[in-house]
Amino acid sequence: MATKASRSAARLMMAPAVVLLMAWMLVPLSMTVWFSFRKYLPLRGGDLGFAGFENYGRFVSSSSFWPAVSTTLIIVGSVLVITVVLGVLLALLLDQPFWGQGVVRILIIAPFFVMPTVSALVWKNMFMDPTNGLFAHLWRLFGADPVAWLSEASTGSVVLIIAWRWLPFATLILLTAIQSLDSEQLEAAEMDGAGPLQRFGHIILPHLGRAITIVILIQTIFLLSIFAEIFVTTGGAFGTRTLTYLIFQRVLESQNVGLGSAGGVYAIILANIVALFLMRIVGKNLDA
Amino acid sequence: MGQIELKQVTKSFGDVQVIPPLDLTIEDGEFTVFVGPSGCGKSTLLRLIAGLEDITTGHIAIDGTDATGLVPAKRGLAMVFQSYALYPHMSVRKNIAFPLRMAKMDKAEIDKRVAAAAEVLNLGDYIDRRPGQLSGGQRQRVAIGRAIVREPAAFLFDEPLSNLDAALRVGMRMEIMELHKKLDTTMIYVTHDQVEAMTMADKIVVLQAGNIEQVGSPLELYQHPRNKFVAGFIGSPRMNLIEGPEAAKHDATTIGIRPEHTRLSTTEGTWQGTVGVAEHLGSDTFLHIHGIPGCDPFTVRTGGEVALSHGDTAFLTPDPDKMHRFDAQGLRIA
Ligand SMILES: Nc1ncnc2c1ncn2[C@@H]1O[C@H](COP(=O)(O)OP(=O)(O)OP(=O)(O)O)[C@@H](O)[C@H]1O
Ligand SMILES: [Mg+2]
Repeated sequence: MATKASRSAARLMMAPAVVLLMAWMLVPLSMTVWFSFRKYLPLRGGDLGFAGFENYGRFVSSSSFWPAVSTTLIIVGSVLVITVVLGVLLALLLDQPFWGQGVVRILIIAPFFVMPTVSALVWKNMFMDPTNGLFAHLWRLFGADPVAWLSEASTGSVVLIIAWRWLPFATLILLTAIQSLDSEQLEAAEMDGAGPLQRFGHIILPHLGRAITIVILIQTIFLLSIFAEIFVTTGGAFGTRTLTYLIFQRVLESQNVGLGSAGGVYAIILANIVALFLMRIVGKNLDA
Repeated sequence: MGQIELKQVTKSFGDVQVIPPLDLTIEDGEFTVFVGPSGCGKSTLLRLIAGLEDITTGHIAIDGTDATGLVPAKRGLAMVFQSYALYPHMSVRKNIAFPLRMAKMDKAEIDKRVAAAAEVLNLGDYIDRRPGQLSGGQRQRVAIGRAIVREPAAFLFDEPLSNLDAALRVGMRMEIMELHKKLDTTMIYVTHDQVEAMTMADKIVVLQAGNIEQVGSPLELYQHPRNKFVAGFIGSPRMNLIEGPEAAKHDATTIGIRPEHTRLSTTEGTWQGTVGVAEHLGSDTFLHIHGIPGCDPFTVRTGGEVALSHGDTAFLTPDPDKMHRFDAQGLRIA
C-alpha cells in the first residue's frame, strides 16, 4: 500500500465490503431508534403513531429497570473475575509439561463448542435439579438437604453456568500468551532471587496484561448480551433478569415494540459506558 | 570471593550425555572464557554453574562450600544472557533495582547502588526508558548493570556480544575487560569466537563435545596446543594442518604450521604452489596457495602489499622452530 495508485485501488476494492458492513450495522440500529419513538403494540392496534419520549420515560421508571441494570453488571463482573482468575491459573497449569498435554489442551476448549442453550439445559437438569440433579445426590450423600440452586442461589448458578462456558476461551488465550514469554526472562528473575510467587507477580502477570485486556474486552461484549442461559434456566425470575432479558420481555411478552426498542437504546448506552470504563482501566495495556 | 570448582560433573538430557565427567577449577578474580564450536555444551556448562540446570552427577563448589543442590539465587552468581532477558515492562532503573528489591534491601541503599551502576556503565541518559526503547548496545549495558548491582561472587556471560555489530562488539569487549579490572571479580564468559577468547581471557577453556580439550592462558594455547583440535581452533586464520609424506619427514602423522609462521617467496622455498584467492585486510594479506602436498589450500599471511596475483607460482618455507607436530591420535609430540 505504498503508492497512491495502490491506495486508491485498495479503497475501491474495499468499498463494497464497507458499504455492506455499514448497512448491516446501521439498518437495525436506525430501526431500533425509529421504533423507540413510536407507540407500537403489534397485538393491540399495531403502529399507533409517535410517542415522543414516552417509551424512554416508561422504561426507566419501571420498577424492574435498575435491578436489571445491576443484575447485568453483577453477572458480567463476576463472570469476568472468575474466568480471568481461573483462566490464568489453568493456563499456568497447562503450560507445565505433563503426560497427555496435547489431548488435555484440546479437551479444555470443549465447553466452548457446546451451544449456550444446551449447556444451560444440561446444567439445569443434570446438575442443579433439586430432586434428580447430581448436586442433589451429592448433598444427600453427605446428609444435607438438596439446594434448589436456580431459585435459592439463582444469580450464582447463572454465573457458574456462563463462567463454565467462557473459562476455556480465557484459558486458551492466556495459555498462548504464557507460552510466548521468553524463558530467559524467568531464568534471569530466578537468578535475581525472585521466588515462584514473585516471578508470577513481577514477570508473568505483567506479560499477560495485554492478553487479559483482550479477554476482558471480548468477553464483556458477549456477556452484556447474554440471553439463552437465563431464558433456559430461570426465565428471568429470582433476580436474574438482565437488561437484555427485560427488553425481550417487553417486546415479546408485553408485545410492546416501542418500549422494548427504547430499552435497546438504553442497552447500547450502558454498553458504551462499560466500554469507556474498561478502556480507561485496561486500555492502556493495548498500546506500546 | 569467587572460586568455582567442578568435580566430576556430568550432564545428560534423557539418554544423551552432553557433558562427560569434567573437572575444572576457576580461581577467584580470574577472567575465564569457555570457547568451542556450536553445540559443544558451553551454555549447558554455564547453566550448570548458575544452577539453572541440575547436574546429573558430580559436585560444584563455590568458594569451597558445596553448591550442588543450591537454587540459583543462593549461589551469589549473576548472569548476563545472550538475549539480555531484560524485563520489558520495567524501566531501566527498575530493571537494575530488581535483584535488590528481591533481596529486600532498603530503598536508600537500592538508589545508591543503582546510581553507582548507572555511573559506571553510562546509563544516565536512558535510565527512565524501557528496554524496548534502547539499542542493542544499550540493552547490553543495562543487563550488565543488573548483574553488577548485586555484587555477585562471579559473573556469568553467555555470548553477550553476539547480537551486536562488529564495531560495537569490539567496544563492549573493552568495556567488559575494563569492568573486570575495576571490580576484580571472577568472570566466566562463553563465546564461540576465538578472537574474543584470545583478547579477553586470563584463562581459556577449549571445549569440544562437552570435553575439555585444553585449559590455559591464550598464549599457552597458541604456542603449545595440546592436540590438533585446539591447534585448528585457536588462531586466526586457522593453522595449516599437513598430513601424509610431508608430515612423515618430521616423524609425525600431522604437522601444523600457522599462516604467520610461513615465509613466502617468488623464487625459492621448501614447497611450490599456485596462488589462489587473496584476502586483503590492508595491514595484512592472507593468500591461499594451492598445490602444497597434504594441505589444500595452504593459507599464508604476508604484509599488506604483495606482488603476487591469482595464478602466479609461489614458494613457501615454514619456520622450523614454530612447527607443531601431532601423532596418530592427534596429540602433540613434544
Ligand atoms: N534442554 C535440552 N534438551 C536436550 N538437549 C539439549 C538441551 N539443551 C541443550 N541440549 C543439547 O546439548 C548440547 C549442548 O548445547 P549447548 O546449548 O550447551 O551448546 P553451546 O555450546 O552453547 O552452543 P552454541 O554456541 O550454539 O550456543 C547440544 O547438542 C544440544 O542439542
Ligand atoms: Mg550457547
